[in-house]
Amino acid sequence: MNIHEYQAKQIFAKYGVPTPRGIIANTSDEAVANAKELGGNIWVVKAQIHAGGRGLGGGVKLARSLEEVKTLADEILGMTLVTYQTGPEGKLVQKVYIEEGADIKDELYLGVVLDRAKEMPVIMASTEGGMAIEDVAHDTPEKIIKVAVDPAIGFQGFHGRELVFGLGITDKAEQAKLISFASKLFKVYMENDAEMIEINPLIKTGSGDFLALDGKMGFDDSALYRHPEIEAMRDISEEDADEREAGEYGLSYVSLDGEIGCMVNGAGLAMGTMDTINYMGGTPANFLDVGGKANAQTVAKGFEIILKNPNVKAIFVNIFGGIVRCDRIANGILEATKMVDVHVPVIVRLDGTNAAEAAEILRNANIANVIAATDLADGAAKAVKAAKGEN
Amino acid sequence: MSILVNKDTKVIVQGFTGSEGTFHAEQCLAYGTKIVGGVTPNKGGETHLGKPVFNTVKEAVAATGATVSMVFVPPAFVADAVMEAADAGIELAVIITEGAPVRDMQMAKAYATKKNMKTIGPNCPGIITAEECKIGIMPGNIFKKGNVGLISKSGTLTYEGANQVCKEGFGITTAVGIGGDPIIGLSYKQLLPLFEADPETEAIVMIGEIGGDLEIQAAAFIKENITKPVVAFIAGQTAPKGKRMGHAGAIVSGGAGTAKEKMDALEAAGVKVVVSPADIGKAVKEVLSK
Ligand SMILES: Nc1ncnc2c1ncn2[C@@H]1O[C@H](COP(=O)(O)OP(=O)(O)OP(=O)(O)O)[C@@H](O)[C@H]1O
Ligand SMILES: [Mg+2]
Repeated sequence: MNIHEYQAKQIFAKYGVPTPRGIIANTSDEAVANAKELGGNIWVVKAQIHAGGRGLGGGVKLARSLEEVKTLADEILGMTLVTYQTGPEGKLVQKVYIEEGADIKDELYLGVVLDRAKEMPVIMASTEGGMAIEDVAHDTPEKIIKVAVDPAIGFQGFHGRELVFGLGITDKAEQAKLISFASKLFKVYMENDAEMIEINPLIKTGSGDFLALDGKMGFDDSALYRHPEIEAMRDISEEDADEREAGEYGLSYVSLDGEIGCMVNGAGLAMGTMDTINYMGGTPANFLDVGGKANAQTVAKGFEIILKNPNVKAIFVNIFGGIVRCDRIANGILEATKMVDVHVPVIVRLDGTNAAEAAEILRNANIANVIAATDLADGAAKAVKAAKGEN
Repeated sequence: MSILVNKDTKVIVQGFTGSEGTFHAEQCLAYGTKIVGGVTPNKGGETHLGKPVFNTVKEAVAATGATVSMVFVPPAFVADAVMEAADAGIELAVIITEGAPVRDMQMAKAYATKKNMKTIGPNCPGIITAEECKIGIMPGNIFKKGNVGLISKSGTLTYEGANQVCKEGFGITTAVGIGGDPIIGLSYKQLLPLFEADPETEAIVMIGEIGGDLEIQAAAFIKENITKPVVAFIAGQTAPKGKRMGHAGAIVSGGAGTAKEKMDALEAAGVKVVVSPADIGKAVKEVLSK
């Protein structure tokens, strides 16, 4: 689960990680009131969406007067912000964060993420912070300093020294400030079961202070049960409605732009099915993993969600029955076709335990729309044909 | 022969009396797995599925001589259970539980390593030595005995792969579902040399997925150390580029972990890479008849 910048900064503040002052606004009037409350004469109006690249996409703007705050907030609120991290459809901006303008001397990068290879969190830092950090990582990887921290010992002094010397910070007061910053951020990461934290840019101000100018946080969904206060920060409007609905039924769904709806048990086989369809000259309309418990209800729900997509010309149900017997799944599919109006050909491949009985059930049901397939290759080929209107 | 487990392996079940644990332990017993008991705190002294229940793993190990534990403990408590197994001298924990917090597994894995306990999973189908010992939730009947070792991140692709291998007239020595969570136990790199050393295994199927770089590491390892033919499939060639937030994921791994990257690396290591999982069986036949 991801949260907004303003929420990440609330968490930072709780741990003493310094951030500029800011207040969240839902309307341009609120934006102006917030700017007044913050005082000063320069503010930043920041679109709150769950994606990066907002600055480059026009979602972060500097205002030098209250009138300008109003104009910019009006402009940004309600806009569909497209950045290289949103996908082409972009994201609707419903909130803007009004923040005091910071005096930026240097832009650094600081992040914490799990290093799967080392099997521990790694703190990443760079002096080349700002909006082109991925280019830096790609072109000059030596400019990214990575310090793995074993949670068994926690953030120690030597971790901090590795960071500041790596970054070339020589001023002792600045060293101390940055080490304290990183140590607190590591605490934020561990105590909240974060999946990633990223501050880009982390700035050094004219007076030598370090501030988190941006804040992105994602959390381990499996650990949310022990963080109700973070769960409460969930913004469901940021999530795809169909994906969310599917999730409520234990289905994992991602829509794509092809023509063949897929319903599969297991994420690996689901991806493998999409790959096979593609290989045979078809295009998958979605990824759908019905999980280990495929039954009439989940299959019916799956059909319903797949068929919401008007591009779907055929559905390929590919189930490898393990512990669940295929004959029961076959009956579930038949039941599901009664619960939902399935108006496109459905190719069904059931393999595993009792596959022969399942094929028999489908054949006997003799539903015009339902075509039995013997294996993955056969099913994919039939689905590709059906989607092209051949039979 | 086989790797890691066989008909003599003594297994206990942690989370024995729960509904999942009960259902699958029963299936494993029916397959012939030597389940010698189980652990459920506060149910010590009872008998379940005809086997003794213990309060702690230490008691279970002392009484039964078990060396492997199959773990069905719910996600919130699974790390604790794994560490208990490590502390009690268990040699291999097969962790079936899905949805374990990453931070917990990180800690459990570190402790297991310190105690020299191997782990498989979490969030995996488990391990099976065909017609001898099934420790996990896979349908046992599709694994016929044979000469092919199988390693897979995905559960259902394990079944798909094994099924095709058997339909081509071959069979499986041992199949291991390693799971696809961020922190996992034994991976390709640790399992490949075991298959290389196993006299009965003549070919290896390796099934991977997009994300992470385990398959890339495996490719480098195969190039240097594996002489037996390897067939590989990487799921997710057509997966959409994920919407994302921030840059940290891309920066930490260096590569993007795409299917293409992995397939190229494996091909360069001399692996027979198939583009569709439907071709796994055929490819095995091809490499074995060379
Ligand atoms: N409070 C502020 N005062 C001055 N400048 C700011 C402030 N907040 C942001 N900026 C400027 O706007 C740029 C973009 O803002 P920010 O980093 O928060 O969003 P982003 O573009 O989504 O981030 P990323 O590029 O890391 O995905 C910053 O790099 C910084 O130069
Ligand atoms: Mg930024």
